[in-house]
Amino acid sequence: MTVLDPAEVFRQEASELFDVLEGALLDLGLRPDDKELVDQAFRALHTIKGSGAMFGFDQVASFTHEFETAFDRVRKGEIRPDQDLISVALAAKDYIRALIEAPETTDSIIGDAILADLYRLVKPDNHADSELSTPPPPALVVRIGWQLHIEFDSDILRNGSNPLDLLDDLGKLGPCFVVALTDDVPFLDEMDPERCFLKWDVTLHSDCDRGAIDDVFIFVQDEMKLVCESLASVDMAPPLAPFEMPTGDSPVSAAAADAASQAAPQIEKKREEPKRADDKANATVRVQAERLDELMDRVGELVIAQARLSQLASATDDISIKAIAEEIERLAASLRDTTMGARMVPIGSLFGRFRRLVHDLSRDLGKPVEFVTTGEDTEFDKTMIERLADPLVHLIRNAIDHGIESTESRAAAGKTGIGRIEIAAIHSGAQVLVTVRDNGAGLDTARIRAKAEEQGLIAPGAAMSDQDIHQFLFHPGFSTAQTVSALSGRGVGMDVVKRTIEAMRGSIETTTVPGNGTTVTLRLPLTLAIIEGLLIRVGEGRYIIPLSAVEECAELSSSDERVRGRDFLNMRGDLVPFLRLRKLFDSEGEPDLHQKIIIASAGETRIGLIVDQIIGSHQSVIKSLSKLHSDVTMFSGATILGDGSAALILDVAQLIAAGQGLTDKPLKEAA
Amino acid sequence: MIQSVIEREPEAQQAAALMQVVMLGIGDEVFALNTELVREIIDPVPATRVAGARPFLPSVVNVRGNVIPLADLRERFGMPKTDATADTRIVVLEIKIDGDPVLVGVVADKVYEVTEISPADVQTTPRVGMHWNPEFIHFITKWREEFVIVPNMERILS
Repeated sequence: MTVLDPAEVFRQEASELFDVLEGALLDLGLRPDDKELVDQAFRALHTIKGSGAMFGFDQVASFTHEFETAFDRVRKGEIRPDQDLISVALAAKDYIRALIEAPETTDSIIGDAILADLYRLVKPDNHADSELSTPPPPALVVRIGWQLHIEFDSDILRNGSNPLDLLDDLGKLGPCFVVALTDDVPFLDEMDPERCFLKWDVTLHSDCDRGAIDDVFIFVQDEMKLVCESLASVDMAPPLAPFEMPTGDSPVSAAAADAASQAAPQIEKKREEPKRADDKANATVRVQAERLDELMDRVGELVIAQARLSQLASATDDISIKAIAEEIERLAASLRDTTMGARMVPIGSLFGRFRRLVHDLSRDLGKPVEFVTTGEDTEFDKTMIERLADPLVHLIRNAIDHGIESTESRAAAGKTGIGRIEIAAIHSGAQVLVTVRDNGAGLDTARIRAKAEEQGLIAPGAAMSDQDIHQFLFHPGFSTAQTVSALSGRGVGMDVVKRTIEAMRGSIETTTVPGNGTTVTLRLPLTLAIIEGLLIRVGEGRYIIPLSAVEECAELSSSDERVRGRDFLNMRGDLVPFLRLRKLFDSEGEPDLHQKIIIASAGETRIGLIVDQIIGSHQSVIKSLSKLHSDVTMFSGATILGDGSAALILDVAQLIAAGQGLTDKPLKEAA
Repeated sequence: MIQSVIEREPEAQQAAALMQVVMLGIGDEVFALNTELVREIIDPVPATRVAGARPFLPSVVNVRGNVIPLADLRERFGMPKTDATADTRIVVLEIKIDGDPVLVGVVADKVYEVTEISPADVQTTPRVGMHWNPEFIHFITKWREEFVIVPNMERILS
């Protein structure tokens, strides 16, 4: 067992809290009046402060405290959060993150500057305009105190919380009159010393606000019932007894204060706090990603072993062995699905990160941009999500920098002043489609074409579809930008996108409507680890074609064979180029009498692959090819067959590219 | 306990000087491979041909669930092809390519033994009299009165 470094645990926890905080702050920019968002941000801050102090991140704790103090006026509703304030708050969040991740290299001067900004923005005198726009602060009503009714879950002691400490904390807010309610205390023989049977009524004389009281109970708020009533000024009575805390640990001694309870003012108007949206009841366990990877490897090996068992079983007549083999096949398949399911995370966690990016870019470029995400619940292999981050950053930057026009040209084109970036994820069969859509000017096909001709990528005047021309955008070093800006123009970003997506066995499609924006669609497989494949034989060798790429299988008729010199087929009226895999792989031996054809597709192009035999479907655990074989283009990986030998997985996209190179001319003639 | 520590002292000094190697025969040549490179030595397994790969890396094999390339050094050194014999083995090596560890299998006609060679016997690579690229050789040394080649596997395979 590895011992977890507590500081590491804190970092992990904090990074999740930062996501919450950032999300809340960005949302607040959109809906400044949403009180719940302010509270959400505060809860995250408060937990960071609390655990930061606990784990010895004192700088974090003190800075967060200052941040909280400055931001408090927002929470009290005295200041409406505007964009400036949100920006400073985001900077403060980044600073706290830096303090946690690299405390040595983070200069406290930055923190002081951020705080100064923050204070300047929240100070009433410097912020007169925003003060005017808000109604007079309700805080003018002098609060003289609070009447609290506190009920803890009876298990609270077992969870390590001490209610008496919390009451002590409450006492720090002002003089308290505490009454223990002993109604539920059972007889001594039924008493479980580990359970809490007491409830408390507290009269707190303090001008603190409701938030301060909530803060006291912030760590136990899920395990308690807190009824909080403001004491009307007329109800105010001097404390009947000096503030006095029960000192004993056992409920019995704590009950000693009971005598005074009858005299205490009791207000029995119960006002339950509305349940918070994030109090979801789904229990989760934090597991290290490597362990899941390890589990996936084991399952992969199990699937291979199971395939061998099935092969052996099919060769025997022993019915009981067959039954067991089938049973194991079923179990292995469901184990595989469960394991893969455990690696699936909703893509929303990734989308969340881009909100900040869009916010910052839109501010830097002076282009107001609205950011819309859909399909956040779409689940996706965790490793894939991590790898998608970079390509999406490039696509979004590009969309904002090049796609969305400046406010003036938008106005000139009769469009709304606010640009729109839409990012969506949706399942489509065994694939996930991730689209980045902008409502900008659209791609200038003619300009891309001119640039491609200038760079010698295509012959001037060559016939090409718009789709093909747009693919040049993903060519390394290709940029139509006249100037290189801080954001883009070097022609590197789109190349990164293409490489990453291809490495993930995905594809990119671009569609554009001039004047109406561009949509980039990334098609990606659900997982990197296992695919459904079609096992085929070419000569002596066996190969796998990813089933997701297979459209149909047919026998090659003798009339097709007779097409001389022109390697394309007539598939129900469509011309489909085909490749003889025997020729491509340089196979030995005689071809089978009845050759089969498999129509495979990648994106919008199709290709026929001629093989000797179609053996059947195969669960392929993907093993990547060695670095030494990085020059091999026709195969995307390998898998292990039932008999223990390796089989190569065809890279359909590459074969199509190869096929187009071979058949471009006859196709053009025919067309 | 104490004795073993004392005994280890001169041993450690010697280890700095001596190199532990696996002796293997490919064609007429005898090669000495540093044991630090060698992961395991296995009996031949069916190989899968990789179309479009470089001729000296013609196939892949399954070794304990990993698909690794199988190198044909005969092809690399311009030696004639032969069929596998009872002595044929696959030597699984871990070499560094661009800083990353990479597993690769090498077909050996015969594996002789694990032994130690001393740098005292090292000969400089002669410029002539070799029918293959001197870049592929770290150095040449002597073993049982025979010249053996300590190859530079990284160079040979990349």
